[in-house]
Amino acid sequence: MKIRGIAQAIAEGIRQEMERNDRIVVLGEDVTYWGAVFGFTMGLFEKFGRRRVIDTPITEQTFMGIAVGAAAAGLHPVVSLMFVDFLGAGFDQMFNHMAKNYYMSGGQFPMPVTVITAIGGGYGDSAQHSQVLYGLFAHLPGFKVVIPSTPYDAKGLTIKALRDNNPVVIFGHKLLTGLPFLPFEGIEEEVPDEPYEIDFGKAAVRREGSDLTIIATALMVHRSLKAAEMLQKEGISAEVIDLRTLVPLDEETIVKSAKKTGRVLIVDEDYMSYGMTGEVAFRIQAKALSNLKVPIARLAVPDVPIPFSEPLESAVIPSVNSIYNEAKKLVH
Amino acid sequence: MIIKPEPSPKDLSFFIENAGLKPSDLLNMYKKMVTIRYFEESIKKVYHEGKNPFNMAAGIIRGEMHLSIGQEAVAVGSLYNARDEDAVISTHRPHHHAIAKGVDLKALAAEIFGKATGLCKGKGGHMHLFDRTKNFACSGIVGASFPQAAGAAFAFKYLGKDNVAFAFAGEGAANHGTFAETLNIASAWELPLIIIIEDNKYADSTPKSLVMSTTFHYQRGLAYNVPSYLVDGMDVIDVYSVVKKAAERARKGFGPTLIEALTYRYVGHFEGDGEEYRTKEEVEFWSAVDPIRRLENRLLKLNYADNDILAKLREEARREVQEAINFAMNSPYPDPSEAFRGVFA
Ligand SMILES: Cc1ncc(C[n+]2csc(CCOP(=O)(O)OP(=O)(O)O)c2C)c(N)n1
Repeated sequence: MKIRGIAQAIAEGIRQEMERNDRIVVLGEDVTYWGAVFGFTMGLFEKFGRRRVIDTPITEQTFMGIAVGAAAAGLHPVVSLMFVDFLGAGFDQMFNHMAKNYYMSGGQFPMPVTVITAIGGGYGDSAQHSQVLYGLFAHLPGFKVVIPSTPYDAKGLTIKALRDNNPVVIFGHKLLTGLPFLPFEGIEEEVPDEPYEIDFGKAAVRREGSDLTIIATALMVHRSLKAAEMLQKEGISAEVIDLRTLVPLDEETIVKSAKKTGRVLIVDEDYMSYGMTGEVAFRIQAKALSNLKVPIARLAVPDVPIPFSEPLESAVIPSVNSIYNEAKKLVH
Repeated sequence: MIIKPEPSPKDLSFFIENAGLKPSDLLNMYKKMVTIRYFEESIKKVYHEGKNPFNMAAGIIRGEMHLSIGQEAVAVGSLYNARDEDAVISTHRPHHHAIAKGVDLKALAAEIFGKATGLCKGKGGHMHLFDRTKNFACSGIVGASFPQAAGAAFAFKYLGKDNVAFAFAGEGAANHGTFAETLNIASAWELPLIIIIEDNKYADSTPKSLVMSTTFHYQRGLAYNVPSYLVDGMDVIDVYSVVKKAAERARKGFGPTLIEALTYRYVGHFEGDGEEYRTKEEVEFWSAVDPIRRLENRLLKLNYADNDILAKLREEARREVQEAINFAMNSPYPDPSEAFRGVFA
């Protein structure tokens, strides 16, 4: 089946797993009529009804806690956190309980919960609706952090998450959803009809190259690929790696690529400091320092909230041009 | 759906007198409500320019847009007597509250357009409007207004000021823990806080009946010993008279009040909303009690104004709104370097 963007692919993955496993229930704000706003639960209400696809009141803390309790009692909740920015309103149940109860209980209470949330800016939704924040989740032990950038990956990673006995947070970038009311920078691609899994902790090499490595996630993968094409026109060959999951992180693939090219640019739409870029850079230098020809470079949101006005927003979110410029600096 | 029946002219005069309202007050309220309506209709029009096919990032105004068309009486009735120093914490649907609080129309429009002349230099946008001079703030995070307004009320009390803090929120927001937690603290500490729930029946696409254990939120206030009232949010006089008493009590140190106003948004949750969650009949039902037309009819019936006076007020409102929109249109965008300034004070 041809699928445009990740939203329908995620919804399709959930649908197929719900058919197989009647312990999966979907919870969250506006998951019925609006498919969780960004389409991640579209069509599920029509298919499974309100017994399994349930609109909650606006109560993030409590419905995250309900997911914790329900998972401990044998269900597999799929919980929609509409925008990742609303995380603050429910974070205690997530980071002190959902992420830790399995460990703290000495393995007595597995926590099979899949949280799906929308991330990213670039369309003028300002500081409380445009963040990425996956670094926060990756920082906390106990969450698996999944960031699909293509429909094929989105379906396979979602199915994997729904078969996982741990809390998995899936971050869907709004500009990759393929919904008609948002700009689309993702791809349309052929996706197998039958269920399939994509393993966590396996980065995808989206483009092979020899002069430098660009490491990215989500929207930044697509922007990096465009930048790589521009670089190619100038005879610079860039390898582009899509991390796909931050936890577990595929150290092997990034270290191998860094060793091969000797130059690394890490691109992130999350805030710069204490974020994904720092973590990935550390891992590379620890295992490939002697292969590096220049210091590792990074491009991310420069530690300011995402501003509303277009010229301001464009100034802080990495663009194809800024990736291209940073990459070029590494080579020359 | 509880809408109070339209009173006879004699009863209506009694209500008006009882609320301490003069004809000039009602004309001022009318003008404010009309200004809000024109402002929102103008924003709606500009918002959709360049967005066909609909795309949030395209056009002159970007991002989400939540309009309050239909809810004007709640904002104007609540804030008619509010002082500049009284705090108002609004929501993701903030324009009507901002205008009713007296926020400058031009700076408001310019912020929504993302211009350098906007209230927040273009950094906030439609959901994040801040005006220090009018003590006005809002948040795109649902449920955030309750504790922040309680905080302002706490500061007023601490500093010995006789100011009031207003928290606006939707009926959806009031399901949030912050609502219950704030009611408890405000009651225990006797804070000069007025919580106004605008019940427009839906939180996004979710009907309140599907997610609420009670029919009304004011019932919850009673459980915390907070005087709580249900008012007709399509009737500016009803809203005004209840909020006025609440404010008087709060200023004298008698603590918080919860007011739930039944109202309706004639437009979708956000612009671009397909509205598949509600029926046409329902929208028509509520359109029949349009708060502006209702007030207009009353003013005419009571001979407080004739058609010419009302037309003049509408014309003034229209001109002010047009000037604000023009100002916003013609203002410059902020310099990109502005993005990097102002993280810390
Ligand atoms: C903490 C949080 N959760 C969810 C949202 C998404 N959201 C924005 S508006 C809204 C519905 C609000 O409904 P209500 O409080 O009734 O106000 P109304 O829109 O009806 O004015 C939701 C769920 C949000 N902004 N913040």
